[in-house]
Amino acid sequence: MTAIQSPRSGKIAPQYKRSGGSKGNFEMLAWLFMRLSGVVLVVLIFGHLFVNLLVGEGIHAIDFGFVAGKWADPFWQFWDLAMLWLAMLHGTNGVRTIINDYAEKDSTRFWLKVVLYAASAVIVILGTLVIFTFNPCPVVDGVQLPGGFCPAP
Amino acid sequence: MWSWVGHRITGVVIFFFLLVHVLDTSLVRVSPEAYTAVIGAYKNPLMALGETALVAAIIFHAFNGLRVIAVDFWKKGAKYQRQMLWVVLALWLVVFAGFAIRHLSLALGGH
Ligand code: HEM
Repeated sequence: MTAIQSPRSGKIAPQYKRSGGSKGNFEMLAWLFMRLSGVVLVVLIFGHLFVNLLVGEGIHAIDFGFVAGKWADPFWQFWDLAMLWLAMLHGTNGVRTIINDYAEKDSTRFWLKVVLYAASAVIVILGTLVIFTFNPCPVVDGVQLPGGFCPAP
Repeated sequence: MWSWVGHRITGVVIFFFLLVHVLDTSLVRVSPEAYTAVIGAYKNPLMALGETALVAAIIFHAFNGLRVIAVDFWKKGAKYQRQMLWVVLALWLVVFAGFAIRHLSLALGGH
């Protein structure tokens, strides 16, 4: 049984470091974050799948009204927000590690990460705005859109 | 070694799915009809199989991730990593079978 040590931590084999200067404990914090967020994500994601796909009619029940019903409750708003942020940070950091592992050219690595961070930022911001600005009864130019959850006039 | 390859591949697959999944859910902000139309397009047998495969990936990544965490933080983790892999695979089989039976019979069973 051999334990594999982190080859890019710089302490064991400095020749494998992929950046010049010291990054402080950023890599250690990222490592810790992957584990802490992983534990929380198990609960959030299994709960999400159970409630959305396995209870009642399962996938047949999912439509606009289903989402509206969930987000009328701050509990699910918070659940989905936590899941969005943790999964996106966890996934982005994981893909960052993979880019560091396989992209050997400095410029390739740089641009792949630019694309990754841009895509992640867009998704996190969009998702957060959607959760908090969601309107169960949307009205455009004074006209109610069909299919919404509108109070009886 | 193979559990690591599997963990890496499932991680990336889930990540790309998540990007798309946030986009489709964002349609609730466009209009109720847009959301319901796109979700309606998901409700076919091919997508049901896709969802089931994705959930298979998530369950593996989740349980194997907990194993990685146990190897790193539990004193005896490294010693029992092999046995824990069998536990991961057994749990994966049970939870996945439960999910697949329920989800596929709902999704394919008609209404
Ligand atoms: C369900 C709960 C989850 C658990 C318990 C979990 C756990 C872990 C752990 C422990 C690692 C290893 C980190 C390392 O070796 O430093 C990891 C890596 C990773 N995870 Fe997750 N994760 C979960 C969910 C997710 C989700 C939802 C995504 C996608 C958005 C994801 C994407 C990744 C990626 C891309 C990696 C990097 C793989 C690699 O470096 O080989 N994970 N995960």
